[in-house]
Amino acid sequence: MKAFSQHQGIVMPLDRANVDTDMIIPKQFLKSIKRSGFGPYLFDELRYKDKGEPDMDCSTRPLNKDFVLNQSLYQGANVLLGRQNFGCGSSREHAPWSLEDFGFRCLIAPSFADIFYNNCFINGMLPIVLDSAIIDELFDKVNATEGFTIAVDLETQKLSLSDGTTIDFEVDAFRKHCLLNGLDDIALTLEDADLISAFESKHKKESPWLFA
Amino acid sequence: MAGKTLYDKLWDQHLVKQSDDGLALIYIDRHFIHEVTSPQAFEGLRIAGRKLWRVGANIATPDHNVPTTTVERSAGLDGIEDPIARIQIKTLDDNCDELGITEYKINDPRQGIVHVVGPEQGATLPGMTIVCGDSHTSTHGALGALAQGIGTSEVEHVLATQCLRARKMKNMLVRIDGALRRGVTAKDLVLAVIGKIGTAGGTGYAIEFGGDAIAALSIEGRMTVCNMAIEAGARAGMIAVDQKTIDYCHGRTMAPTGAEWDTAVIAWRDLVSDDDAVFDEIVALQAEDIAPQVTWGSSPEMVASITDRVPEPAAEKDATRRNSLERALTYMGLKGGQPIKNIPLDKVFIGSCTNSRIEDLRAAAEVVQGQKVSDSIKLAMVVPGSGLVQKQAEAEGLHQIFIDAGFEWREPGCSMCLAMNADKLEEGEHCASTSNRNFEGRQGFGGRSHLVSPAMAAAAAIAGRFVDVREMGEG
Ligand code: SF4
Repeated sequence: MKAFSQHQGIVMPLDRANVDTDMIIPKQFLKSIKRSGFGPYLFDELRYKDKGEPDMDCSTRPLNKDFVLNQSLYQGANVLLGRQNFGCGSSREHAPWSLEDFGFRCLIAPSFADIFYNNCFINGMLPIVLDSAIIDELFDKVNATEGFTIAVDLETQKLSLSDGTTIDFEVDAFRKHCLLNGLDDIALTLEDADLISAFESKHKKESPWLFA
Repeated sequence: MAGKTLYDKLWDQHLVKQSDDGLALIYIDRHFIHEVTSPQAFEGLRIAGRKLWRVGANIATPDHNVPTTTVERSAGLDGIEDPIARIQIKTLDDNCDELGITEYKINDPRQGIVHVVGPEQGATLPGMTIVCGDSHTSTHGALGALAQGIGTSEVEHVLATQCLRARKMKNMLVRIDGALRRGVTAKDLVLAVIGKIGTAGGTGYAIEFGGDAIAALSIEGRMTVCNMAIEAGARAGMIAVDQKTIDYCHGRTMAPTGAEWDTAVIAWRDLVSDDDAVFDEIVALQAEDIAPQVTWGSSPEMVASITDRVPEPAAEKDATRRNSLERALTYMGLKGGQPIKNIPLDKVFIGSCTNSRIEDLRAAAEVVQGQKVSDSIKLAMVVPGSGLVQKQAEAEGLHQIFIDAGFEWREPGCSMCLAMNADKLEEGEHCASTSNRNFEGRQGFGGRSHLVSPAMAAAAAIAGRFVDVREMGEG
């Protein structure tokens, strides 16, 4: 996993609640057996006017100019500001893969769906939960200021806004440790292989039918 | 000390390691695998040179991408027209063959939607921890199991370690007291719950469904309820074990037998929340208040009773909510205040891991019997959840009832639930669907999905619009 300590960039406001993972990356792109290359199809149905298909060359596709991702103000944005229940729906990890591939490594919202939230951390991305009132304020600021940026510092758990203010955020200590050091979950778990084996033997003795 | 909830018990029984910061390692008894979320996990395992922890824990079947027409299915893997889908399914076959994982391949009679197949084979048992790279894994909780969806990296983690890294969720009890009225089903019940608590209402919780109305449901009905726990934001939904659960498991291929069965049953009987267990949150609904439900928007919480109207955005005070209302109505091509019964329909889909089991097909067939699909419906299809459901339905003659009425009778798979194969909606088409998600584009680019029960979908196919199944006479 790629380490994450600091990240800075233009904020793209996505002002809608319940952004689901079907919306983030539509199903036709899930046929891929790869982990990368999903960026061009991020928000495909909102972003383009035609129907997207896997392996399509997106550079010539008609853009939906109304969608925020296509607006000149937010070109190069790499922090996404969202509304409640971001990432709900399907467990597809293609959703964080496509956001990450596009460049969004930090997402800020009042709440995230559980599976998506977890999938972000595993992929070296930082989802930040802030109070709805603070999110409302952030939307106002981003909408009012061209090129509004946020600098994220994971170590100190601080957001520095381009208007000079700062916001503290919470993050799970273990997730933070993994992100800062780019640690691989599986390697960490395998350090406990003996513990797992011991549990497994006991479990098998008690409930042998689970091992049929 | 307060008693334990069902979730507490399942958690404690599988706890391998608990760290001070609340993070835990949970042992996984069963891992279901399908073609879409697994290729990258197998590849990751291979690249890292890691081995599979316990081969017998894994069971695979292709479902999301398989074609459902008999013609395309008859030639098996090689007959799949979409080359990308074919590669993905072949990749699953290759991975399973290489590692010795049991897989019900494309034309195996046991193949089907993974969440239908698991319980059917007895691969889902009470007391298990179950994961799958699919959010509707919550379905399996209906048998008193702790079942949840995971992402692909976690699939790889489970393949390599047989464990999941997790933090304990909070406990929520959704209690439905009383008895459902005639014509009101498990699907209506769970849609009503989502309508009440919202799609994020269960975020961070494991939901236990309880109360008289849940106890009265069949196991298949309970699966329908737990299936949609994720649509209420909860990663896991579950229901206590009772005699029905035990009877359901008895005699299934992978269920224990003989003395082991007796021991298992004793253990399973304890899989209920203690009387003095404490829930962090309790939501109560009265079953008699629930009418047949129809979703009108692009989120499962945008749901109403069949007798209701589409809401008026102007009446909504909160700006973000008004915004989503307006957006949903625009997408759905509906007007605020429009009666649900006036929504025009183009297609009808009966299937998906929510409602494709034999009882679902029986309920739909009962409504369809002797009737004809309305001329205004372009396509009405029934897609059984598994090869075994299909066989059973054919043995009962249900397929003929559907075919005679003008439905298409298909081969098992996810089909138009997510439209990864050729079964999809065209732009602007309205569909009465027994699936679980009505997100924008879910059933096809620009498609408009309305989630309903199998009986409601069947009735809609006949009438060409939504009708109240309760008014269709005693049946
Ligand atoms: S039927 Fe639909 S919801 Fe169920 S597993 Fe298949 S795609 Fe997912």
